[in-house]
Amino acid sequence: MRAPDPGSFVGQPAAGSAALAVKAQGVSLTFETSDGDVQALADVNLDIPEGDFVSFIGPSGCGKTTLMRVIADLERPTAGTILVNGVTPEQARLKRHYGYVFQAPALYPWRTIERNVALPLEIMGLAPALRRERVEHYLQLVNLSGFERKYPWQLSGGMQQRASIARALSFEPKLLLMDEPFGALDEIVRDHLNEQLLRLWNQTGKTVVFVTHSIPEAVFLSTKIVVMSPRPGRIIDVIACDFPRDRTLEFRETPEFLKIAQRVRAGLRSGHSYDE
Amino acid sequence: MSDIYAVARPAAIRWHPAVVRAAPVTAVVTALMVIWYVAAVLMNWNIVRSQFERDDAPYTTGQLIAGTLDAERPLLPAPHQIVATFAEDVFGWPVTSPRSLVYHSWVTLSATFVGFLLGASFGIFLAVLIVHARTLQKSLLPWIICSQMVPILAVAPIVIVVLGSIGLRGLLPKAIISAYLCFFPVTIGVVKGLNSPDPIQLDLMRTWSATPAQIFWKLRWPSAVPFLFTSLKVSITISLIGAIVAELPTGAQAGIGARLLAGSYYGQTVQIWAALVAASIVAVGLIGVVDLIQRWVGQMMGARA
Repeated sequence: MRAPDPGSFVGQPAAGSAALAVKAQGVSLTFETSDGDVQALADVNLDIPEGDFVSFIGPSGCGKTTLMRVIADLERPTAGTILVNGVTPEQARLKRHYGYVFQAPALYPWRTIERNVALPLEIMGLAPALRRERVEHYLQLVNLSGFERKYPWQLSGGMQQRASIARALSFEPKLLLMDEPFGALDEIVRDHLNEQLLRLWNQTGKTVVFVTHSIPEAVFLSTKIVVMSPRPGRIIDVIACDFPRDRTLEFRETPEFLKIAQRVRAGLRSGHSYDE
Repeated sequence: MSDIYAVARPAAIRWHPAVVRAAPVTAVVTALMVIWYVAAVLMNWNIVRSQFERDDAPYTTGQLIAGTLDAERPLLPAPHQIVATFAEDVFGWPVTSPRSLVYHSWVTLSATFVGFLLGASFGIFLAVLIVHARTLQKSLLPWIICSQMVPILAVAPIVIVVLGSIGLRGLLPKAIISAYLCFFPVTIGVVKGLNSPDPIQLDLMRTWSATPAQIFWKLRWPSAVPFLFTSLKVSITISLIGAIVAELPTGAQAGIGARLLAGSYYGQTVQIWAALVAASIVAVGLIGVVDLIQRWVGQMMGARA
């Protein structure tokens, strides 16, 4: 059923042979606060193969965002080692190996949509012609052609978030880190963007790491679901979700989907009872 | 069915939007004028009566009231006296004449302008330093705050004398005093503005491994622009006040401050008021100019209309 796509160069990765986008071994992180130390991550071991779509799911405060920020070198782990595309997170950041999408679009209000998408390219020193080409391509990919000259406030929340995804893709990183990108949007928009994101992932073949606290979203999008529990943040289950990549929203009514969702829910519940 | 309600409700009187907009202001101005005229009659009453008595002339209450509104050196001049003097001082002389208010306003305005440019640039410079070095914030900020606690009227003559001794006279000492007063709001506003970007926006810059210069020019500076203009509007009126104040202790020959001083020496209250009107018109004009620039910059930066 999958539409032939000449731009796609990565299909299903062959089992076992794919390189790792992220490799975490015994990663722990403790924040020193005025109320004493808070352990945000405890002994996290995780492999994310290239080309996968991996979701971190868990209740608020379970460290899923912190783990993402460690991958992005926005936080430093206090113990353990982590490799991103085979190098340290800092090297990966300096080499611009990943694009980060935050919960809020965080577009710069004084820049038009096209200039927002071009911002990382400006910072990375791409030639103007190449910048224009990339902006056009990625705005088209997120269905925002025709909105190049609009300012962010002229767009809806969902469109702004799509622009921020185009911005993260514009410099063609291998890895896309998405921290609850649709958390602030209503469910109808969210469903729509989930479908678009899946198509986008399919077309570009990137590795996506996705933080969410929505079970349907995680199951619908992911090839692998990492269930986390709070205080301290630990991984309590990694659930494979190897369905075909061309999923549609109807997939969410199938028994297979519900079975996985059930397992995720059970994992989350066990994590909770552990704590309370 | 709805037409029943339409009939039942009396038609509301629709005023022209211009009337709606102007009405509150007009009402306040009218009230002020009434209060002013009453106050002028009351305050000048004794002056005028003693004048009549000294001249041993018979007078009626009507003549007395007319006299209070037309005295040569009233305690409180009536608005029409101020308007007349103002009009004569502005239009009655060539603009280069030392008797022209336009000439004096220009002298003060040029000092204000230079002072404002100096003060605003210095204010921005300090803000950039403070934002980029935490140690500077701790060491500079107390001094900056202290500088604003010193009464400028006491400092102004010192500045004039010191600068005069190294050969600086005229416009520049006034501009420096004006700059001294007006840099402060700019520094405070711009520090706030440069620190205003969202943590997410700063994180984004980090994920793109932007250099500090790129973070400054592409994020911090544009974020600070709205704060900058708010400060500039406060600062430009302060810099006008600074220029006028600087003219007072120095016995300046020209400028709005010199006019105020001369007026109070010779008891020319009407002249003082006319100079005050000139000062307010200049101040309104200056804020208007900053406001226009702000709108233009806002448009460039995609602000909501």
